[in-house]
Parts: sequence; structure tokens; C-alpha cells
Amino acid sequence: MSTIIKTEKLVYTYEGAETPTLRGLDLEIEEGTFVAVLGHNGSGKSTLAKHLNGILIPTSGRVLVDGMDTAEEQNLLAVRHTVGMVFQNPDNQIVANVVEDDVAFGPENLGIEPREIRRRVDDALTSVQMYEYRNHAPHLLSGGQKQRVAIAGILAMKPRCIVLDEPTAMLDPVGRGEVLDTITRLNRQEGITVILVTHHMEECIGADRLLVMSQGSILMDGSPRELFPRVEEMEAAHLGVPDTTRLMYALNREGYHLPLEAITTEECAQALLRAFGHKE
Amino acid sequence: MTPVLQTVRLTHRYSEGTPFERVALDSVDFSAQRGEFIAVIGHTGSGKSTFIQHLNGLLKPSSGTVLFDGKDIHSSKEFTRQVRFRVGLLFQYPEYQLFEETVYRDIAFGPKNMKLKDDEVDERVREAAGFVGLGEEILEKSPFDLSGGQKRRVAIAGVIAMRPEVLILDEPTAGLDPGGREELMENILRYHDGGKRTVIYITHSMEDAARTAQRIVVFNHGHIAMDGTPGEVFRRGFELIQMGIIVPQITRVMMRLRELGLDVDDGVYSVEQAMAALRETKGGGDHA
Amino acid sequence: MLKDITLGQYYPGDTLVHRLDPRTKLILTLIYIAALFTAIVYAGYALVVLFLAVSILISRIRLRNILSGLKPLIVIVLITGILNLFYTKGEHLLVHFWRISIYWEGVETAVFMALRIMLLIAGTLLLTYTTSPLQLTDGLESLLNPLKKIHVPVHELAMMMSIALRFIPTLIEETDKIMSAQRARGADFETGGLIAKAKAMLPLLIPLFVSAFRRADELATAMESRCYHGGEGRTRMKQLSMALRDWIALAAGVLLLALVILFRRLGI
Repeated sequence: MSTIIKTEKLVYTYEGAETPTLRGLDLEIEEGTFVAVLGHNGSGKSTLAKHLNGILIPTSGRVLVDGMDTAEEQNLLAVRHTVGMVFQNPDNQIVANVVEDDVAFGPENLGIEPREIRRRVDDALTSVQMYEYRNHAPHLLSGGQKQRVAIAGILAMKPRCIVLDEPTAMLDPVGRGEVLDTITRLNRQEGITVILVTHHMEECIGADRLLVMSQGSILMDGSPRELFPRVEEMEAAHLGVPDTTRLMYALNREGYHLPLEAITTEECAQALLRAFGHKE
Repeated sequence: MTPVLQTVRLTHRYSEGTPFERVALDSVDFSAQRGEFIAVIGHTGSGKSTFIQHLNGLLKPSSGTVLFDGKDIHSSKEFTRQVRFRVGLLFQYPEYQLFEETVYRDIAFGPKNMKLKDDEVDERVREAAGFVGLGEEILEKSPFDLSGGQKRRVAIAGVIAMRPEVLILDEPTAGLDPGGREELMENILRYHDGGKRTVIYITHSMEDAARTAQRIVVFNHGHIAMDGTPGEVFRRGFELIQMGIIVPQITRVMMRLRELGLDVDDGVYSVEQAMAALRETKGGGDHA
Repeated sequence: MLKDITLGQYYPGDTLVHRLDPRTKLILTLIYIAALFTAIVYAGYALVVLFLAVSILISRIRLRNILSGLKPLIVIVLITGILNLFYTKGEHLLVHFWRISIYWEGVETAVFMALRIMLLIAGTLLLTYTTSPLQLTDGLESLLNPLKKIHVPVHELAMMMSIALRFIPTLIEETDKIMSAQRARGADFETGGLIAKAKAMLPLLIPLFVSAFRRADELATAMESRCYHGGEGRTRMKQLSMALRDWIALAAGVLLLALVILFRRLGI
């Protein structure tokens, strides 16, 4: 598979700050993967996200999107066409008064032919399951619905990669579930590269690859199944380890041998059933 | 004992008399005793936010009454105003209400509105700031220069400085990372002070509710659908899921284990309880 | 509550009136207003009322919604009516008491003035009820397009307007929330003199401004992320196009104006 995003010794220091927020990241993201970036507030994960489509430009080092350097002004439109971005606050990224007009905003900026825009808008709304809301006013939708409209707005631009910067932070559990289901489906069915930035460890369960960030560096890099069992390191990075993992971890300290890589509810229940199901 | 807060057939309709009229609360009977620690849960739009805004008189019931210490909080303007200070209410994302030039003055806003003497205000501001862990050096800074987590703490101090007997919070941990949540929940527990004060809070985090509250009230379609201890409430997991409420992970695993035929208590919601429940299936027996 | 404001509200629908090109509706509204101010005779008014009534019927907007939109203006209408009633002198004296005399002409002017204001607002309400704000700005942008030649930033103005419209409900909701939050800390927005009241507004206005700037900043970033780079090379999903119905509607409007002028000339 080909690399869609590459960072080379990426350093970023905010204006007026004494210490860099990103301390020399080297990262390669393969096209078609679902990557979760996990870290506590201030770990630098959002700053990293903002580099991936040229909202921020590295203080030193480089970010390459499909081989294009984001620091070059003339690449910017192509970079943003390749990598779409969904933000935390659903209210502050919806431009139009009507759902479908908002979804059309991106393709309109790209100068796409009206009939093709119509087709893309309908497809995008269908794919986030918001088609029946196409004529609604965005401010009357729930948080989860707004966020799905925002995702549709990016989809309609046909990007190869979507970066979501804490898209669930302001949502209730139901909305959170809707958004996660949507992005997982987009990755699995449409092959879009997804980069999900979050501080909820549970949200990373479905990812192919998990990057744990702390203090501007990448602390761990592996599949969720490899990383979840490293409970102590996760807790040291101020991440809330899911209760299911903590339960199995605690039981193992009492002498059980439960697989900590059982990360979904179902896997955990099955593992517990094997350990506790048969009375001797 | 007279409950500190009580609602009697509390009903609230939004946009009364317009085509957009909508019943948010439908004849809700509720009471809270002094010293309780209550979590309020329910999906978005279940009426829980409307409900807590009645408890300090910010919203007026369309019908029914709200009593503080047995007295109707709308019995006189003077009493409503008093109740407002005795029942502190912290809104969702409270950091967006900060407005003063300095943190100190922002925290002092409530106490000043109470018409307290300057030295009393000063004492309360410093105490409240210390309570949420804001150092002296921050008091003279502009609230707009602080980090998100610090702003949230300033906002909480602003309510605590009024020393309310009842503290009500609408999703106080929304948007915080696990570290920030933990600290904030500790602050709230400390304010509760082992039952010297009353705390009522809305949360979407079932884990938080399960860990801290002694009582959980579940709202659904403007009614109180359940009211009981965390164990009693989470034992009705399937009903909760039908109400659009996501139950704690541990409870979900336990529910699944029961489905799979293992006889465990599915009212269980914390790691410790789950361990105890699992050990029981082994009959306290030996390890695998 | 602030949330109950309906002015500028859009009621989606799929009637002939809804389907008209926004430019047609804008021009028709202008023609309608011109006719309204030209009509000074009964027949003229009757014609204007008929025109509006037919439009409302076709649009399937409930009369109740139009009336509720008129409600906030009732005071202005009453004051105008009463002033005209008392201050218009004429030949046919109806009542006379103390220093006040009411003439038939006064009654007539009062009724017509009140009617005129209500018809004016009702017509504009029909426009905003049946046209989404985005269509409205699109229509305005298109109508004002010739001004681009003299370097008027028409696209930017239209974009600003549509964004403002998009954020009005959000900001109203936010105002409600901040007000409640400050009232929970004992803020008092109601009592006191003018200066006290103005001062009491600070805890509301400052957070509101801070938040508006933050929103503007985030929205700008989000728009750039979606490849927004001004009006240059931009296409539109919904193309404005004049259909036969638009020309018929415009013809009806012109006919209305012509008839009203004719009636005025004839004095019937």
C-alpha cells in the first residue's frame, strides 16, 4: 500500500511559546488504514491534526500529503482536497442554513459542475444516513447529526483521507456512537483513510493502528490489541483505560490468565466466560 | 424530614401558546434530602436540563410547584433570589460565561451580587479558588488567558464562592480528558463533604454516575423513569438501552455473561464489584 | 423567550410560490411595495390585498403564522393609527370633545395607514417564509452582480449575509444560555435605571462577543479546510434559472402595478 501522509522531523512551536508542542515527529500513514491518535489534553494531538491539511505549517521539518509539501502555497488547495478535516465543535463548521447546501459548500469551492455536485451531495448524505434531513436547518439537529453533516460535507469533496479532530468531545454517548459507526463504515466500505484524534481509549478499539501521544512525541505505536494490555503505561500517559481492560488486568494480578487483547465487550465477556463459566 | 428540594407535579412547556409548543416536563414528583449525592441521567432532550433549571428558580413551572425547605421558591421575589444563592447551578461548558478582567473579580461576581461585605467577598474568593486548586498567582490574570481546564475551574469557583447548600451541575466533565474529569469529580465529592452539602449533577458518563452517586434518577420523555441506587438502576440495563442510555461497560459485559448463561449479578457496574461477582461464581474457589 | 422570535423564519414547502426563482420573488416584493404605496383609493387597496391573499393561498402558509409575525408590530401600527386619527383634519366632523375632534378623514387615514404597514410587513413575511435565507442571498447576489463591475464585493457581502443568517439562531440560543448562567450567579437584568441596566448587560455581552469571535475564527478555519478561496472559480449546486412560471408571476406583478396606477388616475 502507498503512503498518503508522511511527516519528517515535524517540529511545531506556537507563537510566544517557549517549548515546542510537537517535538520532531516522524510518521507515515498508509492509505486505507484507520488510525487513532490518542492523548490527553495538551499532548499535541490536535496540533498534529492541524498539520495534516495545512492549517498549521511546521516550524521545522516537513509534512507531505500524497508527496506534496504542505508548506508550499501552491499545493494548499490540492492538499485540502486530498485530506478533509472535521473539527470538534459541530456548530462552528456548518456554513449554510440548510443541510444539503452546507454539504455542497466544499464541492462548490472546487468548481465542480452543478449536476455532479447534486449527485455527490445526495451520495454523501446517504452515506452518513442523513439524507432524509437534507432540507433541515442545521441548528435544529442533535450534536451527533450535525457532526455527521460535517462529515458529509467533507465526503462530498471526495477526499482520500479524513482527519477528525476530537469529533466526539462535545457529543453525548448516542451521538458519539453515531459518529464512530459512520467513520468506521467509511473506512471499511469506501476505503477512505481515517485519522481519528481522541482522548477516549474506547473509541480506538476499531482502529487498525493506534498512536499514543504525550508531550509532543509519539509514545506508543501499534495495533489496539498490542497496546491496550499495556495498562500501566496508558495510565501514566493520563489515559483512562476502559473498565473492561482494567477488570481483566486486576483479575490477572490475582492469578487469572485473561487475554488483555480482548478489547470489545463481546470478547471480554467470552474471555470471562471461559475463565469463570465452568465450575469444577 | 423536610426535603431540601422537592417538586410537586412539576410541568414545563416550552413556547407555550405557539405552534412550537412542546412539553419538556410532565408532572414530575421528586425530592432530595439534605446531604444526598444524586446523578441525573437521560438521553438528550429527555428533560433533565429543563428540570434542574427549575430547582433554583431560573425557569418557572408551567404548572406544579418547586419547594425549597418546604417553601414554594416562587412564593416571593425575595425568596426566589435567596434560593438562587442557596442552590448553586453550574451550566454546561461554564467557561463560556467568564467575563471579568481578572479571575478574582469573576469569582467575586456571585458573592458581590449577594451584597456581602468586601472582606467577606475576599475570603470567599480565595477559599473557592483554593478549593478548585487555583493558585494565588492566577487570581490577577485575565480568565481569557487560561487553558480550557483552568477556565472551567474558575467557573466552578464562581459558583462555590456563593457557598450554596445545594450544588447542581449540568455535565460538569463534558469535554475534559480523563485526568481532568477525575480531578473535577474529586472536587465535587469534596464539596459534598461526606453529606454536609447536597449535590445533584447531570452526567452522560455512566461510569462517573456509577462510581460517585448514591442515587441515580433517570429521565425519559419528561418523566422520571427510574429512581434508585446505582445497583437498582443498572440492573434494568435493557430498559436503559431502550431509553437511549448507554450503560457502563462493566454492566454490559455482565449482561452479556448472563445471556451466555453465567449466573452473575448484572446490577454490577464497577471493576471491584465485578471481581467480587465473578469470584462468587467460582464459589470463592481456586484460581484457574 | 428569545427562541420564540419568528421574524425571518423560513417554512419549507413545495408550492408554486416556494419554487419561484428568488430573484422573481425579490422583484415581485419590490413591485408589490410600489403598488402598495401607489394605491390610495379603495379599488387600489382591494387589488393589493387580493394579490397578497392569492399569493398566501398558493403558498399554503397559514394565516396564523403571518399574523403571529405581525404581532410584534402591533404597537407601531396602533400608534400610527391613533396619531392619524387625532391629527388629521377634514370636513366631516364625527366626534368632538374637550380639545379633540375626530374627522371621517382621520378615521379613513388611520385605517389605511395601519393597513398599509400591515400589508407591507405581511408581504415581506411571505417572501422570507417561502424563500430560504440562502436562496435570498443567492438572489440578491445575482441581482446585484452588475455592481461587481464597479468593484462592489458582491460575493463577499452575500457570503457574509448568509453566514450571519446561519449564526443568528446559534447566537440567540447562546444568549439565552449565558443569561441563565449569570442569573444563576445573581445577575439582575431587569431592575435598576438605564445606567444600571447597561452595566448589568456586560456579563452577558462580553462572553457573547468572546464566543462570537471564537466561532468566527473556527468557522474561517473550517471554510478554508473545505477549499474556500473566495468567489473566483466557484460553482453553485443550485443554479438560479428563470422558468416560465417566473415570467408569468412577473407579468402578474407588472399588471398589478399598472392597474393600481390606472385606478389612482381614475380616482375610483
